[in-house]
Amino acid sequence: MSHLTIAPLLLPLLAGVLILLLGERRLAAQRALSLAAVALSIPLALLLLSRAAQGEIAVYALGNWPAPFGIVLVADRLSAFMLTITALLSAFALAHAVRGDDRFGPHFHVLFQLQLFGLNGAFLTGDLFNLFVFFEVLLLASYGLVLHGGGRARTRAGLHYVVINLIGSTLFLFAVGALYGVLGTLNMADLAVKIATLPEAHTGVVRAAGLLLLVVFAIKAALLPLHMWLPGAYAGTSAGVAALFAIMTKVGAYSILRVYTLIFGADAVAGVQWLAEPWLLPLALATLALGVGGALASRALREQIAYLVLASAGTLLVGFGLFSVEGISAGLYYLAHSTFAAAALFLLADRIVLGRGAMADRYEAGPPLPHPRLIGGVFFALAVLIAGLPPLAGFFGKLALLQAALASPALVWIWAVVLIGGLLTVIALARSGSLLFYRAHGVPQAQANNPLGDELSRLAPIFGLLALGLLLVVEGEAVLNYTRATAEQLLVPAPYIEAVLHPVATQEARP
Amino acid sequence: MSLLTLVLLPFLAAPVAAWGSRFGRLHAAWIAGAFTALALALLAPLLPPVFGGETLVHSWAWIPSLGVTLAFRLDGLSMMFALLILVIGLLIILYARYYLNPRDCMGRFYAYLMLFMGSMLGVVLSENLIQMVVFWELTSLSSFLLISYWQHRAEGRQGARMALAITGGGGLALFGGVILLGHIVGSYQLSDVLAAGDIIRAHPLYLPTLLLILLGVFTKSAQFPFHFWLPHAMAAPTPVSAYLHSATMVKAGVFLLARLYPALSGSTEWFMLVSGAGLATLLLGAYTALFKHDLKGLLAYSTLSHLGLITLLFGLSTPLAAVAGVFHIINHATFKASLFMAAGIIDHEAGTRDMRRLNGLWKYMPHTALLAMVAAAAMAGVPLLNGFLSKEMFFAETVHVAQLTAVGWLLPALATLAGVFSVAYSLRFIHDVFFNGEPVDLPKTPHEPPRWMKVPVEVLVALCLMVGMLPAFTVAPLLAVAATGALQATPPQYSLALWHGFTPELGMSAVALTLGILVYIGRKPLFALHERTVGRLDARAVYNALQGALLHANSALIARIETGSLQRMALLTVLVAVAAGTVGFLGSNAPLTGTRAGLPLDAVSLLAALALIAAALGTAALHRQRLVALVLIGVVGLVVSLAFVKFSAPDLALTQLSVEVVTLVLLLLALHYLPQHSPPESSNARRLRDMALALAAGGGAAALTWAVLTRPYEHIAGYFLENSVPGGGGHNVVNVILVDFRGFDTLGEITVLGLAGLGIYALLKGLRLPLRRADERGVDWSSDAHPPIMATLSRLLLPLALLVSVYIFLRGHNMPGGGFIAGLITAVALILQYLANGIDWTRGRVPANAHPLIGSGLLIATLTGLGSWVFGYPFLTSTHGHLHWPLIGEFELASAMAFDLGVYLVVVGATLLILIHLGKLSRTALPHSAEGSRD
Repeated sequence: MSHLTIAPLLLPLLAGVLILLLGERRLAAQRALSLAAVALSIPLALLLLSRAAQGEIAVYALGNWPAPFGIVLVADRLSAFMLTITALLSAFALAHAVRGDDRFGPHFHVLFQLQLFGLNGAFLTGDLFNLFVFFEVLLLASYGLVLHGGGRARTRAGLHYVVINLIGSTLFLFAVGALYGVLGTLNMADLAVKIATLPEAHTGVVRAAGLLLLVVFAIKAALLPLHMWLPGAYAGTSAGVAALFAIMTKVGAYSILRVYTLIFGADAVAGVQWLAEPWLLPLALATLALGVGGALASRALREQIAYLVLASAGTLLVGFGLFSVEGISAGLYYLAHSTFAAAALFLLADRIVLGRGAMADRYEAGPPLPHPRLIGGVFFALAVLIAGLPPLAGFFGKLALLQAALASPALVWIWAVVLIGGLLTVIALARSGSLLFYRAHGVPQAQANNPLGDELSRLAPIFGLLALGLLLVVEGEAVLNYTRATAEQLLVPAPYIEAVLHPVATQEARP
Repeated sequence: MSLLTLVLLPFLAAPVAAWGSRFGRLHAAWIAGAFTALALALLAPLLPPVFGGETLVHSWAWIPSLGVTLAFRLDGLSMMFALLILVIGLLIILYARYYLNPRDCMGRFYAYLMLFMGSMLGVVLSENLIQMVVFWELTSLSSFLLISYWQHRAEGRQGARMALAITGGGGLALFGGVILLGHIVGSYQLSDVLAAGDIIRAHPLYLPTLLLILLGVFTKSAQFPFHFWLPHAMAAPTPVSAYLHSATMVKAGVFLLARLYPALSGSTEWFMLVSGAGLATLLLGAYTALFKHDLKGLLAYSTLSHLGLITLLFGLSTPLAAVAGVFHIINHATFKASLFMAAGIIDHEAGTRDMRRLNGLWKYMPHTALLAMVAAAAMAGVPLLNGFLSKEMFFAETVHVAQLTAVGWLLPALATLAGVFSVAYSLRFIHDVFFNGEPVDLPKTPHEPPRWMKVPVEVLVALCLMVGMLPAFTVAPLLAVAATGALQATPPQYSLALWHGFTPELGMSAVALTLGILVYIGRKPLFALHERTVGRLDARAVYNALQGALLHANSALIARIETGSLQRMALLTVLVAVAAGTVGFLGSNAPLTGTRAGLPLDAVSLLAALALIAAALGTAALHRQRLVALVLIGVVGLVVSLAFVKFSAPDLALTQLSVEVVTLVLLLLALHYLPQHSPPESSNARRLRDMALALAAGGGAAALTWAVLTRPYEHIAGYFLENSVPGGGGHNVVNVILVDFRGFDTLGEITVLGLAGLGIYALLKGLRLPLRRADERGVDWSSDAHPPIMATLSRLLLPLALLVSVYIFLRGHNMPGGGFIAGLITAVALILQYLANGIDWTRGRVPANAHPLIGSGLLIATLTGLGSWVFGYPFLTSTHGHLHWPLIGEFELASAMAFDLGVYLVVVGATLLILIHLGKLSRTALPHSAEGSRD
């Protein structure tokens, strides 16, 4: 049993603990440790990815207890994909945060690392209750991060975020408790086995619990009408945190994909089979529409980006909602793209806010930005990216999605919402961009007058994220082959169940 | 390779030009010119084979799984367009170098221009349709940058945004259409699509495909009813207008019509839609152009009209009409580019473009005037110029089609009418500007422009003349090969001669010329009539009003949905959860109650349950009296721990009890800073609604519990019971589950606890709240903060309590207890010290910094888990054995106990951290002297 599978968990955990033990005052050392851990997590994730790409489903039995009795970590294609995205994203978010965001409150790096611990754990675990635990870890860390730095608006939005997620956690417990009470197990593969032979008398309870779980994941994924916590929380928090949070809605999307293909998927008995299917697609389309509407109605850039995050969550869930190989594959591609794009936009918004002084990012004519052409150019590129215009990754994600929708009975709806939504996104971004960059007057903010080299170095994380977006285009075939294989693996859960419940290597004897 | 290089060259030129302009004002122009010339040089060797009838296709794999290849195609049609784009582009580069004034940033202009040129080349040279859409949208984006080049001008920004919205939106429709086309054909390669015309037209998806693609075409080529963006794009610098509206941007639409002609044309739908839109635009443009006072406005509407003409020709669906369409594309590009440039010169040298002020310029700039007049005559379709030839072909085709359809006479009549207006506005351009008396109040005295600024105009005008007079020796081969490319077949016989005898089309031309002159002469009453009627209609106003209304409605809707109210979020969340549970349950026929027999009910349990219910209800009812509500919650916790006891779970009961105590104390501390009563804020109706929802949610939770508990329980717990001692080395299964079977959960949970502590610390740090000395009725709180008896007793209790917690910790693996409970007991003991003795006293004796406790606890737990790696086992694998300790005796030791120590430390650390910082909140708030003052 290779320890590689658990390494993405232990690395941020140990890093977080060591940073905590370093003490609050040694910021330089904290930064170094934090950056080192994040940097190391990228090759780890890539290594896992390359193994998963061979089709291997690595199972790691914690405490050497066999499933379904102990907790297992499972690294299949989907998990490795999510880990890789998280590792890459976190590196750039942190690179931005160490330029000053981490000063505004204590324990930024501890919270950041433990947030990654929670995220990676959620992506790796093969146990439903353990998923709950990791949800709690990532939520608790995110509570701290959302409130990082304080301030009235931030605290208000942060409080909303906390309260709604507490309700979500409670519902999660209800659902897990009910499933355990009826099915007697918590291991997801074992749950799938049990549900494949579920007596009809139990289908009512299991359906209720299954849909409650969907509600929980929908809160995380910001699916309409459970999305309301998102705009305030994302728009209000600091840039580095908002960038990292680009992956947070994806945790919900990931969980939906995992649970409703593995447990309530193809092999489930009638009544609980494809349990999420009737709900996911329409809600995802509504979320996409609302996100675009919010972006159009926004009054400040960060608010607009937050709504675009909502729209992109809707878009990728449209793909997942098709529950087909092509749809899931397109959704995963879009997931990777939109994560990087949204993060880059939040980071850029921070530069804009600083450059405009008291006007911050409101759509009002204000002082010209320092280096307007550089920042304006980056904004233009990111706007093209997030709006799904060519030649960047968003366009190819939409291409894959629209192609996948050809087989769906909801074809017209999907096409209409995605295409018109794309147009309205363009209009919204043209509006905000021209208000922020073109209608400038007066003198630039004095304190923001930094030399070009400094500005470039501050924009470096954004360039990095943009480069990832380009990589998704240039290596589009490789990425799509991977996501397609991932979708195929998800839709045929038997090998996953086999790998978890009947590992090939015989159980080592206990010491 | 060279086609790819050809398309990439301008994209490469853009950053180089932007960078080069840092070293000198004109560098950007030279760089752009050099790159364009190089592209032409690369194209040159490819021309002979294409003229020989070959189609060059270069392709590379890109994303085959989506059908996307990097593929370029050079046939007659794309070659003609590539030549137009590059040659006119080169002339524009030269012209713009003189046009832009010193304050304009040259680098930015040429960079955008090159981006646009590259995008256009990409559109016309694409073999893969998806790739074409990529470049298509890039032309929208780069034209946005070009139109808004003068960012400080509001009309520039608005015009650019409108153009982007219309053409970008059309591009998305085209995107959809192309995907459908690829779906029908099974390939996005043009070679396949062009060969599959019959399959496409017979497919049930033909109509949606056609509609989507035509949306793209019509928006791009500014066809009615999407025509209005084009005149507003005139806010761009004139070189941009000259380029975009003669040879490129708007021609992309008609290019696509020509390109997909073999695949899509020939159906009734195509005929109706394409020729209908074309005819409407032709008439609308020609009519409106006459009444525009702005020189560029006139040219803009004339462009509309000519694009309408070309579209109409393709709509007619006869091969000859398509040839005429291709021919007119070439002719229009040459004369319109030169006219725009001439208008730019006039604007540049006279300072205005208003034809009511620009009069009699012949005297000031005869050379320019001559050039403009020749070009305008070509636009009017005067014989001996190129415009005449294609217009004749157009008239001939309308007559030809008229013979085939019932109401056919209408088409030639309307075509002639458009011709009339076209002559009239061309005449106005010539007469108003260069003759018609003296200039009125010009900002500058006009004069001839710099020598080289006129060269591009001269070149184009020369082309107009040469093509017009000697078509067979100039344009004929190009037209032949381009028409072949468009038709994908040998075009029918046609003649480019000037004189075909007395034909209907000649008559139509004569009528158009004569009537056009008459209309111009009688323009005054017409102008007045126009101002009173049609002139009041403004498509932009309609668009703006529509857009404004939509945006407003959207904002209003969003404002209604997104109130940012926490109560609403919570309401919706609970509502959705109740709905999900209900829908889920009702979605099957399964019964709510299972088959399991209930346990007998005893009086004590009943009483406890009633107490629980009463306490829960009381909490809700009395929630405004916060202290009372808190006490009632305590009752709930107590009953729950009693339930644990009843069902033989002493561990859980202990945990629940100690958790209750710690939470209660912390909550009390927090309450200290809040008002004791919360005022009622909700209306009765709202409370009723909330009550109903609460009942539904509670009922739902109860139903779920009922359904679960009445079902037989087959679970994996048996394994835990069997393996607890042999595998985990402990008799207390709960503890073994916590630290061994599911130790990983516990690791996560103590991380959560630690995070809670750190989060609260981060939130409270720096927060200072005023210390309250009295309750809200003004009654002083007891000043006796630390009663001596309590202080003394609690100090005595501390060692005892610590001893107990050590005991509980050690026995945990076999008997009720463990690190979690021990940690809570320690925490309670320490809390007691704070309460009884005050913060100052305690802080002197207990380390004030709890961070290391949390950190080391987590570290110990993690390292314990890692220890098993040394022995080659997975993370958190436990081991256990028996130790013989002197004096104490046989002692069972499990590695899990080290893990449990970590748990203990984190629990103590987190609790202390929260406690200390809650307690400290008001300590530093007020200086000592301020104590006693009431807030």
